[in-house]
Amino acid sequence: MKKLRMILMLGTGVLALSAVSAVSVAQSAAPAAQAPAAAVAPSPGPGDAWPPAGGPNFAAPKKDGPRTIAPYFTPATAAPKAPDADGFLQRWLLLEPIVKPNRSNTVFTGTYVRSTFNTEYFPNQFTVLPHNGDKVTVAGKELAWHALDTANFDVKLYRFAYGLNKPTYGVIFWAVTVIDSPREMKNVRLAAGSNSASMWWLNGKEAAGLFDDRRMKMDDVVSPRLTLNKGKNILRGAVINGPGLSDFCVRLIDENGDPVKGITTSLE
Amino acid sequence: MKFKSQAATILALLLLCATGSALAQLAGEPYIHDPSTVTFSDGKYYTFGTGGGGLISDDGYTWHTGAVRTGGGVAPDVIKLGDRYYVSYAVGGGGMSGGHASNVKIMWTKTLDPKSPDFGYHDVGIVASSDGVEDCDAIDPAFLYAKGHLWLSYGTYFGNIRIVELDPKTGNRMPGNKAVDVAIDMEATDMMYRDGWYYLLGTHGTCCDGPNSSYNFRVGRSRSVLGPYIDNVGIPLLKGGGKLVAAGHGRVFGIGHFGLLDLGDGVQKFSMHYEADMDRSARSVLDIRPLLWKDGWPVGGDNFQAGTYEIESERSGFALELAVDFVRINTPRRGFGPPPGGPPPAQPQAGNPSQPAATRPAPPPAGGGFWGPPTGPVTPIPDQTLEQDSAVWPAGNIGVDLLDYMIRPHQKWTITPVPDAGGYPGSPYFKIQIAGTERTLAATADGEVIAQAAFTGAPEQLWRIDQLTDGTYRIMPKTVPGSTESVALTAVGASTPTLAKFDPKSDKARWNFRKP
Repeated sequence: MKKLRMILMLGTGVLALSAVSAVSVAQSAAPAAQAPAAAVAPSPGPGDAWPPAGGPNFAAPKKDGPRTIAPYFTPATAAPKAPDADGFLQRWLLLEPIVKPNRSNTVFTGTYVRSTFNTEYFPNQFTVLPHNGDKVTVAGKELAWHALDTANFDVKLYRFAYGLNKPTYGVIFWAVTVIDSPREMKNVRLAAGSNSASMWWLNGKEAAGLFDDRRMKMDDVVSPRLTLNKGKNILRGAVINGPGLSDFCVRLIDENGDPVKGITTSLE
Repeated sequence: MKFKSQAATILALLLLCATGSALAQLAGEPYIHDPSTVTFSDGKYYTFGTGGGGLISDDGYTWHTGAVRTGGGVAPDVIKLGDRYYVSYAVGGGGMSGGHASNVKIMWTKTLDPKSPDFGYHDVGIVASSDGVEDCDAIDPAFLYAKGHLWLSYGTYFGNIRIVELDPKTGNRMPGNKAVDVAIDMEATDMMYRDGWYYLLGTHGTCCDGPNSSYNFRVGRSRSVLGPYIDNVGIPLLKGGGKLVAAGHGRVFGIGHFGLLDLGDGVQKFSMHYEADMDRSARSVLDIRPLLWKDGWPVGGDNFQAGTYEIESERSGFALELAVDFVRINTPRRGFGPPPGGPPPAQPQAGNPSQPAATRPAPPPAGGGFWGPPTGPVTPIPDQTLEQDSAVWPAGNIGVDLLDYMIRPHQKWTITPVPDAGGYPGSPYFKIQIAGTERTLAATADGEVIAQAAFTGAPEQLWRIDQLTDGTYRIMPKTVPGSTESVALTAVGASTPTLAKFDPKSDKARWNFRKP
């Protein structure tokens, strides 16, 4: 249903939904994506008993309060971080989103995505190893790099942007991590999933491209066989999304599809 | 005669091409988006869609507007428990105006027939919600009743799919129940329970963009209703997994909002909408298709497609045929030929002298065995023609039996939908005729099956063809003259077809349609 609403929102809906457009206070009071407001008690979620204690048996629309990237992210530490049990890389340098409006994700053809990512948004975008707090200027806006550990197998870019009061839809995210390998490893594959399209480069060479309108699923696109160098390997990615819950998940797998063991991620 | 027969066949094929796609889909005005599970109530089928209202059908094939659902909102679902039809729907959320705050509401009615005095919705209240910020968008609810418990799944691409438990006596949320996250990157979910497995189905892909929509059903399964749900290659649905169940094909694009329609006797179907039916101005339409099961996973089947087939008995492997004299195909008989250095063996007889000369085997040519290298030019041998085969058929009605499939005209059946004859969930009735003829399969008053000389449109000549969950088919006459009993074509013996009550545990009434 989600896209139907978007289409309606864009004024091109085809269904007779007059009833929908006037259905509830809840809907009309839905918060604008970036509007600041006072904090309120959280509504029931998983783990919360029903009905909510001391309240009505419905979740009032949550007014937008102070935002945070917790609990989705924590600041990265100096110590190396091993992937999670399934091999997903959880330490990343994330650049605040670059605004790139797209009303539909069906435009994300390979040609479009390559062309878009090959556009220079900031100096040395394919070679820089940024540091936490570094800033770049894109189209007159200053954007910062954040060194973060994700609490989940995936990197919830929507929550990253939302928590920082940045645009969440119609955006491009850049991500970098350093993979430390104890030895040279041949026949390794990079397995990625993203919402929506993305491209990934290992040590400056294109490893994988996820094009068209995609939802994130683990091991969605898997690279050809790669070689991890002994020592540091720089993995760089870019994710583009129009409307949708941007995120990605990346891991390295061996010939059997099992996660590569012994690697860690770091910021240097 | 031969030319007329071929011309008639070509004309029939052209007509089929011209009308086949439309006839293969539901009739009437099946325009809907986000349909609820098709539900039977007081002799009719119902489904409700986004925005209110819905569709009604007398037979599950021809659909019209007229169903009534109050409350507005989106993507309802329906389940019957006891004497109540519970209806769930969502108000708010879905990204409308950028918002994901939504409430899932429940109401019930004792009938779905808006003309019944028992019709009327009673509000139960809100059973789940999302606040617009959390990782959930509480829309697209769907029921599952299994093992005495009533469950409700809901959610969209904005965060997690969740499951909550409802009280089957009231439809309200069970006190103290906690929602559980079970999947991501899905929407329009539904659940099934079968053989100790819970199945969580949901839609992946893009919605609401006509023939550019990639909507498709995916599924994971779990031994526990609350998960973890895993797909066929071991990927959790909480990590984006999901095995394909069904997707667009042919002239229809994007499948959404699965709903199980269990017709009993091993016949399961599913209701859904296509985002775009290219034969109907790319509008969103309802459809009903067979649900198959393979290795413990649901697989979307296809409604029976018109064509010419061998009808093979699953019981014996024999083919349904006219019970007529076997006519040999006239090819040169070479016998066993002389072995190297040995005397020539005796040649087989050249066939029955009473057989028509045109079909009598040719005398054996001199020299060479049938296994050895040819001594002359190699040429294709034409199929036996209808004229050759039918020369020995009696006029009038002919009995039918089951025998080895010998690729003969009296074993090839052309199966064609019958316009304006009604149907059953998902399909129209068909006529079953020997290819190129008017010889028509029919039920008789004594519960047997014969081939009548011509098609009259009588209900005993109309056949319902349902694909069963194992991929075989059940073939049922619309009626048996003088009887109200529902029966199916059944191999009562290896070589003998009859009509009998369908036994879902037996292969006797299971059939395969093979390209002839």
